[in-house]
Amino acid sequence: MTEALLLPLLVLWPLAVGLGVYALPERASAALQVLGTLVLAGLIGAVFAAASAAETASPEPLRAALGGWAAPLGIELVADRLAQAMLLLTLLVYAAVLLYAQAYFAPGSETARRFWPLAWMLWAGLNAGYLSADLFNLYVALELVGLAAVGLTALTGQSTALAAALRYLLAALLASNLFLLAVVLLYAATGSLALDSIGSHLAAVGTPTWYAKLALALALVALALKTALAPLHFWLPAAHGNAVTPVSALLSALVLKVSLLILLRLWLQFAPALDLAALGLLLALLGLLASVWGSVLALTQRKIKMLIAYSSVAQVGYLFLPFAWLLPGGLGAALALEATVLHLLAHALAKAAMFLAAGVLVLSAGRDDLSSLRGAVAREPLAFAALTLAGVSLIGLPPSLGFAAKWQMMQAALLADQWPWLLWLLGGTLLTAAYVFRVLRLAFLPTSEAFEARAPLPQRLSLCALALALLAALGGFGAAALSDWLAADTLLWPGSGA
Amino acid sequence: MSGMSGFWGAGWSDWWGMVVSGQLLTGLSIWLLAGSALVLMGLLGMLLPASILRKLLAFNIMGSGIFLLLLALRPSGPDGVADPVAQALILTGIVIAIAATALGVRLARRYYQLSGQTELPEDRAAARDD
Repeated sequence: MTEALLLPLLVLWPLAVGLGVYALPERASAALQVLGTLVLAGLIGAVFAAASAAETASPEPLRAALGGWAAPLGIELVADRLAQAMLLLTLLVYAAVLLYAQAYFAPGSETARRFWPLAWMLWAGLNAGYLSADLFNLYVALELVGLAAVGLTALTGQSTALAAALRYLLAALLASNLFLLAVVLLYAATGSLALDSIGSHLAAVGTPTWYAKLALALALVALALKTALAPLHFWLPAAHGNAVTPVSALLSALVLKVSLLILLRLWLQFAPALDLAALGLLLALLGLLASVWGSVLALTQRKIKMLIAYSSVAQVGYLFLPFAWLLPGGLGAALALEATVLHLLAHALAKAAMFLAAGVLVLSAGRDDLSSLRGAVAREPLAFAALTLAGVSLIGLPPSLGFAAKWQMMQAALLADQWPWLLWLLGGTLLTAAYVFRVLRLAFLPTSEAFEARAPLPQRLSLCALALALLAALGGFGAAALSDWLAADTLLWPGSGA
Repeated sequence: MSGMSGFWGAGWSDWWGMVVSGQLLTGLSIWLLAGSALVLMGLLGMLLPASILRKLLAFNIMGSGIFLLLLALRPSGPDGVADPVAQALILTGIVIAIAATALGVRLARRYYQLSGQTELPEDRAAARDD
């Protein structure tokens, strides 16, 4: 029963490292973080090994009942393939961001001292969010993620950062309360908090449809607010755009995704029990609004990091497109789910790489407005390459992971006979290309001003960005294998015993 | 949006049926009414005022309302035995609310020291427009 130990350790270990990093002096804390990341990599490797070993015996995913209490009374951690993919993604992004941050922050800087513990606590919260199969535990995980993320946003302690952090905190608290209300309503109706039986419980106790839909609607609004689906995105640009660069990368790559993952899991639980066609259409339309509105605002930004933050608003929109036909028995539902997960991975890698690369360019110019990008190709060729490759994936050009995700979404749309959505996907590609090329074009223009000579930036900064960008840009080659691997999961329609 | 009226439409007739048959009324209690009132007040309080501190207080009021609702609606256990799960949830929820409020108050205080403002810029702009 290794999983009874493994899965809780995935949450406990980063929490312990976070506390250790807070207590130790600088050099020891750096060593502890290297050790901590390696141990987590080992743990995640062990989860993959244990899961594939267990799957030969039965198709059930890895489970661990905390304290020996089985669901529905106890709290269960479950590592299905979706959770495993997220664990791996988080490890990759974190490895790059932590290495980057060590070179980014000046030695002995106060900001760095505040960054390390919060980043590790955020990691613990993220892992808890991926693994929890208990509604209330999901609420606690969302809260951990939210509070750590707010702390990270406020890191510099300047007035603009504090205002962004407060705006973010108030939005996150409103979302938490709505989610908690949904959990309370569901618990009151079914007497259970187990996520993977909520649908069948609701059907078994004969809960009125309106009651189940009210609970689902509250949870969806809460999670859409945390995922920044337009028009609930108002808190995102300031928080992501004003944070220090490593934080922007973590927030946009991972924090947005954990709430989407929970939304997806709830949706899959409820969809077999309720008729969600209208609601799915509404989510997809909001996604359409988000992708157009976010792209237009990205085109009007003056600061490079704000442009990238608004691009997140637009890219989140695409994640909601497949909900239009993510319904049981619907043609293309399985494809749509895989496409969503692929897009989620692609956006996480590309957006983290983009923020990290932009951070290098801002450092080298000493300013953060777009015009300071002039001549960036000559100044920081590697960072510029990372920015370009990440842009390729964001636009969805082959052979990037972003291309594979969009291709799969189109196939799903065709299978479900929903071809009008294709127009959006193609039009959105043009809009994305418009704001990405707006950045790239400037970098090739000759610089009109002499940037004061400063010590060359460490190569490591650009290399970390480049590593993530390469994963995003070349990920399309592995996308087919990845989506087959995801499709073999028992995730889709768990209530129907599929 | 005919789809949306279908989404909620069936719900209201179910609900009305429960009201008529008295099913809902027997479940109504002072806790349910008070909890719902607090949730609504808290929700409005988080959305309407511009003051950061008032929003944080409203967050706590809404949280208390949710806990009251949990007490009112909790599944009936064996006679005379309180539901331990509900108590555990409320206790955990209170701890989380304290932590979140403490963070919010600290941020608001620091923001006030730096900028002299008790409201966020966007809310100030909205208040000016009214």
